[in-house]
Amino acid sequence: MANHSTSHPTHVQHHFVDSDQQFDSAKLGMWVFLVNEILFFGGLFCAYIVYRAWHPELFTQAATELNAFWGAVNTVVLIGSSLTVAMAIRSVQKNQIKGLKINLLITIALAVVFMVVKGFEYAHKFELGILPGELYTYEGIEHAQAAIFFSIYYMMTGIHALHVIIGIGLMWWIYVRANRGEFSSEYYTPVEITGLYWHLVDLIWIFLFPLLYLIE
Amino acid sequence: MATAEVSNTRTLKVKRFKPSEDPKKTYLTEEKGLWSWLTTVDHKKIGLMYLGSVTLFFLLGGVLALLLRTELLTPAKTFIEADTYNQFFTLHGAIMVFFVLVPSIPAALGNFILPMQLGAKDVAFPRLNLASFYIYVIGAIFTFFALVNNGLDTGWTFYTPYSIESNSSVIWVTLGAFILGFSSILTGTNFITTIHKMRAPGITWGKLPLNIWALYATSIIQVLATPVLAITLLLLTMERVFGIGIFDPAMGGDPVLFQHFFWFYSHPAVYIMIVPGFGIISEVITTFSKKHIFGYWAIALSSLAIAFIGFLVWGHHMFTSGQSAVATTVFSFLTFLVGIPTGIKILNWVATLYKGSIEMKTPMIYVFIFLFLFSIGGFTGIMLGSLAADIHLHDTYYVVAHFHYVMMGGTLIALLAGLHFWWPKMTGKMYNEFQAKIGAALIFIGFNMTFLPQFIMGSQGMPRRYYNYIDQFTIFHQTSTIGSYILGVGFLLIAYYLLVSLFRGEKAPANPWGSRGLEWQATSPPDLHNFDHTPVIINGPYDYHKPMEEFQLGLADSGHNGHDPSHDATGAKQEVVSN
Ligand code: HEM
Ligand SMILES: [Cu+2]
Repeated sequence: MANHSTSHPTHVQHHFVDSDQQFDSAKLGMWVFLVNEILFFGGLFCAYIVYRAWHPELFTQAATELNAFWGAVNTVVLIGSSLTVAMAIRSVQKNQIKGLKINLLITIALAVVFMVVKGFEYAHKFELGILPGELYTYEGIEHAQAAIFFSIYYMMTGIHALHVIIGIGLMWWIYVRANRGEFSSEYYTPVEITGLYWHLVDLIWIFLFPLLYLIE
Repeated sequence: MATAEVSNTRTLKVKRFKPSEDPKKTYLTEEKGLWSWLTTVDHKKIGLMYLGSVTLFFLLGGVLALLLRTELLTPAKTFIEADTYNQFFTLHGAIMVFFVLVPSIPAALGNFILPMQLGAKDVAFPRLNLASFYIYVIGAIFTFFALVNNGLDTGWTFYTPYSIESNSSVIWVTLGAFILGFSSILTGTNFITTIHKMRAPGITWGKLPLNIWALYATSIIQVLATPVLAITLLLLTMERVFGIGIFDPAMGGDPVLFQHFFWFYSHPAVYIMIVPGFGIISEVITTFSKKHIFGYWAIALSSLAIAFIGFLVWGHHMFTSGQSAVATTVFSFLTFLVGIPTGIKILNWVATLYKGSIEMKTPMIYVFIFLFLFSIGGFTGIMLGSLAADIHLHDTYYVVAHFHYVMMGGTLIALLAGLHFWWPKMTGKMYNEFQAKIGAALIFIGFNMTFLPQFIMGSQGMPRRYYNYIDQFTIFHQTSTIGSYILGVGFLLIAYYLLVSLFRGEKAPANPWGSRGLEWQATSPPDLHNFDHTPVIINGPYDYHKPMEEFQLGLADSGHNGHDPSHDATGAKQEVVSN
C-alpha cells in the first residue's frame, strides 16, 4: 500500500496506489456505466411493454413485416463477435498480442456485417413507406397505432445501432493502441472494459430480436 | 514512530503529520493561469469551476425569479405579457433544477471534498471528471440558445401534448437537459467507483463520513434515474422531429405515459438534490456541537432507504392525471413511507445537539435554518401525499411553497452551510463572520416572507403558473414579492463578503473549526495532491472525545514524490513544510 510515485509502472496514473487499484476501479466504473445503459434501454423496453399490453394484436401483425431470417443472421453475427472479443481479452491476458489484433479485427468485421444487414433492412422498409411516426405511409397493416409500433422499433434498433457504431470506433481505437504496443498481460484494462461494453451491446440485441421479430 | 492496527489483517507503520499552517505550495499556486484551469484534471479545481458555473446560473435563475415576483405585485398585468411570464417561469424552473440544484452539492462541493474525505489524491477518473464539466457547459450552451431563440414556455416538466405543439425552442432545452444528464451520470459513476476503490488505509465503511454516505446514495440515484430522463427527453425530441407519436394523443399515443416517464426520474431527482444536503448537515452539526453524531448507522442507512423508496413514489405527482384508483392509493401509501427515513435523520440530528457544546458559527446557523425550513417542507409533502387533500391542493401555490421549502429551504440552505463551512479550506481565507450572520438572517426572513404566504393562498385556491390573480390574493402576493427582494439582498450580501474575503480575508488556519474530519487535516488551501502523505485512519470521523493527534496519522514511509522516508515523529512537521 505504499504511495511512492517513483515505483509506478508507466501505465499507472498518479492518483492510484498501484496497477491493481487502477484496474479494479476501471472495471467497477464500467459496470456502473453498464447499469446505467440498461436503464436507458429500460425506458424503451417499458414503452414496448405498455404498448404491447394495450395492443397485442398490433404487435403480432406488425412483426410479420420484419424479416426474421435476417434478424436471425444478425443475431448469430453478434454472438460470434462476442466470442471473438472474449478471445481478444484471453489473448492479451496470455500476452499474445497478435491474437489480440486478429480477434479485434474479426470483431470489427462482424460488427460491420451487422450494420450492413441492418442497413438493408432499413432501406427496404423505407421503400415501403414504413417510417417512424408521422412519416409512416405504409398501408399493409390495418391498425390505428401501426405507426407507433414502428416508432418503437426504430428507436430501439436505432439506438442499438448507434451503440454498435460506437463499439466499432472503440475497437478500432483499441486496435490502434495494440499496434503501438501499449498492451501486454501486465496492462490491458481498456481491452477488458471495451469487451464488457461489447457484451452488453450484444446482450441487448438478444432481447430485441425475439421481442421485435419473433412474436406471433 | 508508532504502529496502528488498521484492520485485523495488516499492521502499518504510521507517524503524525501535522498540517502546516503556512503552506508554501498549494493547488492554487501550482499550475497557474487560465489554460491550466481549463485543462486541469484536479478534482478541486473542477469543483471550483462547477461552483462558478452554478453560481452564474443561480444568478440568472434568480433574476428571472425576481422578475416573476415583480410581475405579481399587482393582480392584473404589471409589466410583462402573459407569454413572457410563461417563458420566465419555465426557464427559472429548468435552470434552477437542472443547472443549479442537481449539480450544486455533488459536482461543486462534492467534487472538492469527496476525495479529501477519503484520503485520496483524486477521484477515480479525473479526465472523465473534467469531461463531465465540459458536457455540463455544452448543455448550458444549448439552454442559452433556447433563451435567445424563442424561449421556452412548457414549464420545467415538459408535459405532452403541449410540449409537442409549443412554438418555443423545446428541442434546444430538452437536448440541453439530455446532455446535462450525461454529466450527472458521469459524476455519479466516478463517485461510486472512488468511494469503493480509493479509500485511504483504515477507512472502513463504518468510518466513512456521513457526507460520503450521502454522496454515495445520491450517486446511486443519479446512475439509476438519470438514464430514464435521458431516454424520455430523447423520445420527446424525436416526437418533435419525426412525430413518433408515443406520447401524442393525436396519433393514438399516451401523454400520461410521458408523465410516468418524467416523474420516474424527477421524483428521484428531488432526492438527488436533497440527499447531498443531508450529508453536509451531518458534517456541520457534529463539528459545531463537538460531539459524536447520534445514530451514525441510522443516518447512513436512511440515505440508502430514501434512495430506494424514492424510486417507488413517482405517482404522487399524478394523482389528478387519470391514474387508476389502485395505483393512486399505493403511491400515496409509499409517499408516506418515504417520510420515515427523512424523519429519522431529523431526529438524529436534533439528538446530536443534546449536551453538545454548540458554537453558533455561520455554518451552524444555516443548519438550524435548514432544520426549521426543511421540516416544514417535508411535512407539507406528507400533506400533499394524502389523496383527498391533494385533489384540492394540486397545481396550487401550496405545491409551489412545498417544493421551495424543500429545495431552497433544504438543498440551497445546506449548500450555503457547506459553502461557509468549507470556504476556508477551499480558498484559504476566512470570511467576515458578522456580515455572514446578517446574510443568514436576511435569507431566513426573506425566505419565510416569500413562501409562507404561498401556503395560505395555495390552500385558498390560488393556482400556480398564472401571471394574474383575483384581488383577494393581493396581500399575499405582495408580501411574497417583498420577501423575495429581501432574499435577493441577502444573496448579494453573501456574494459581496465572500468576494471580499478572497482578496482581503484573513488567512485561514488548517482547521479553523476544530473538526475531526479528514479533509481538515490537509493544509488550507490543500496541496495539489491533497495530502503530503497517505493518511491512515484509526478513529471514526466524529470521535470528538479522542485527541486531535490521533487524526493526523499517515503512513510513515510515504514521503511525497518518493522523499526520504526516514523521518521520525518530530521530523514530520519539517517534512510537510519542506515540500
Ligand atoms: C417528505 C418528503 C416529501 C414528500 C412526502 C413529498 C411529496 C410531494 C407530493 C405529494 C407532491 C405532489 C403535489 C402535487 O403536485 O399535487 C410534491 C411535489 C413536489 N415536490 Fe415533494 N415531497 C417530499 C420531499 C421533496 C423534496 C426533498 C423535494 C426537493 C428537494 C421535493 C420537490 C418537489 C417538487 C419540485 C414538486 C413539484 C413538482 C411540480 O409539479 O413541478 N419534494 N411533493
Ligand atoms: Cu415527488
